[in-house]
Amino acid sequence: MAWANQDKTAIVGVGATDYYVRGKSWPRTINDMAGEAILNACADAGISITDIDGIAYYSGAGAGYLDKFDTASLMETLGMPHVSFSASLTSGGGGCPGAIGLATAGLMNEDAKYMVTLMALQQLPQHRLGVVFGASAPNPENSFLQPSGLVGPGHLMSVLARRHMHLYGTTQDAFGEVVMATRANTHNRPKAVRKAPLSKEEYDASVMLADPLRRLDFCLETDGAVAVITTTMDRAKDCRHKPAVVHACAHGGTREWGRAFAWMGMPDPHFASSGHKFTADRVWAQSGLSARDMDVALIYDHFSPRVLMQHEHYGICEKGEGNDYVLSGKLRYDPATGGGVNGGTPVNTHGGNLNEAYIIGMTHIVEGVEQVRGTAINQVRDAEFALVSGGPASLPVSSLILRSA
Amino acid sequence: MADVTHYGPARLLPGDQIAITTNPDTEPFWQAAKEGRLTACQCAQCGAFRMPPTPYCPECQSREKNWPTLPGTATVFSFAICNKNPKNGEDYVYVPVVVDLDGAPGARLNANVTGCDAEDVHIGMKVAVEWTPIQDGWVLPNFRAMTAGA
Ligand SMILES: [Zn+2]
Repeated sequence: MAWANQDKTAIVGVGATDYYVRGKSWPRTINDMAGEAILNACADAGISITDIDGIAYYSGAGAGYLDKFDTASLMETLGMPHVSFSASLTSGGGGCPGAIGLATAGLMNEDAKYMVTLMALQQLPQHRLGVVFGASAPNPENSFLQPSGLVGPGHLMSVLARRHMHLYGTTQDAFGEVVMATRANTHNRPKAVRKAPLSKEEYDASVMLADPLRRLDFCLETDGAVAVITTTMDRAKDCRHKPAVVHACAHGGTREWGRAFAWMGMPDPHFASSGHKFTADRVWAQSGLSARDMDVALIYDHFSPRVLMQHEHYGICEKGEGNDYVLSGKLRYDPATGGGVNGGTPVNTHGGNLNEAYIIGMTHIVEGVEQVRGTAINQVRDAEFALVSGGPASLPVSSLILRSA
Repeated sequence: MADVTHYGPARLLPGDQIAITTNPDTEPFWQAAKEGRLTACQCAQCGAFRMPPTPYCPECQSREKNWPTLPGTATVFSFAICNKNPKNGEDYVYVPVVVDLDGAPGARLNANVTGCDAEDVHIGMKVAVEWTPIQDGWVLPNFRAMTAGA
């Protein structure tokens, strides 16, 4: 049955700062960067900051993983006169596109008129994300994980990738192809952190950080901020750009995935997966669409194997067939045709977290918006539907389908 | 296929770098470890195992718990090979393993394995508990390969 809120709201504004290599954004403060992203998103939408009356966060309103946004501070900083919605999804980056569903919930409840969703990230030396799990003080829960020396997300992710290799014969070559295929999309993007094309030889020479994963399988560590504005369809028609219509959106997941790699208790086949099957099935049910209807897929890529595993959960390929699908070149975007390669769906036409910038998923929403507007740098010809995914990490993970107006 | 990297002996992370904390739900596990006894949290109502220990059984919502003594053997479910000491960044080969505990279906532990070369660790490998003293008088269950290189 179609989602009650299908096509009722749209993303009408996107804004961002420059993307800085980790730590290089100082002496800008995190609220300085957040403010720039919000103001740029307002300008893109053609509205005033004083029109913003709601904020729909994810990641527990986190700014990065160790700072927190505070709505009152943002109002004080930017001059928003009042808010009538201020709420967040829980956990981390898995909720990123799900926050657009939260915004939609608030809009359809007539709580607010223009909702901001944002993320800002700044890694000062004491705020290094890469060791955030190991650096945290021991608590009764993580005392069953940290002593093993699984101290960074990459360590944790490599354990899941190893199981996928064991069960399905997945190869490190496929992880490399994920990185190379999406790197090929950044050479023409002025803001991208990694622009040089990547050869297989360079990938194979990348240092092994947590076998089976190499440095280049890990996403970038970036400073910066991204904000998007969601509003109702009737208001969207008065904004500057063609609306990016919210066609389906779901967040959540099942207990078998749960805390995921912070737990390691997932039974097969959940362990070697992305935890996305639940929200994937929900957005397909909400929309009546399937993976083959997607013109472009913006897939959360904090680590290359997670892209392969999400393909299996969204049904872009069958479970266990991610290796062959990826290696057949089907993630690639062909600029000559503006389409896919070998019958595949182009993935991360913006370069993703691995190559462009890592703002905990927000860049994927921006690319989805630009694709269905028809203004993307690597535009998929006649893009009607864009899939955006969040996570895969502790629940909730989330899924969003944007539609061209 | 990528070439096999030769890492050499898999080492346990030094116990003096490791600290844990407990709460009333988890403390019986760690007290048993101090006595050299590997246990897991078992529901006293329905018998289901869960780790880490939590206040309720997720299968039947009972709060009653058993802490049976397990055989102390386990099977490697998955693993990573790491080559830097996480506390100081020095070269240090260790292998975090996720193991299925014998005698406690569904219960896993995350630990290090030793007694073989890192590149010889494999999924399905049998391991036996080996106790590592850590900070504050606690003891951590790690694991040793039961047949070197097997
Ligand atoms: Zn029970």
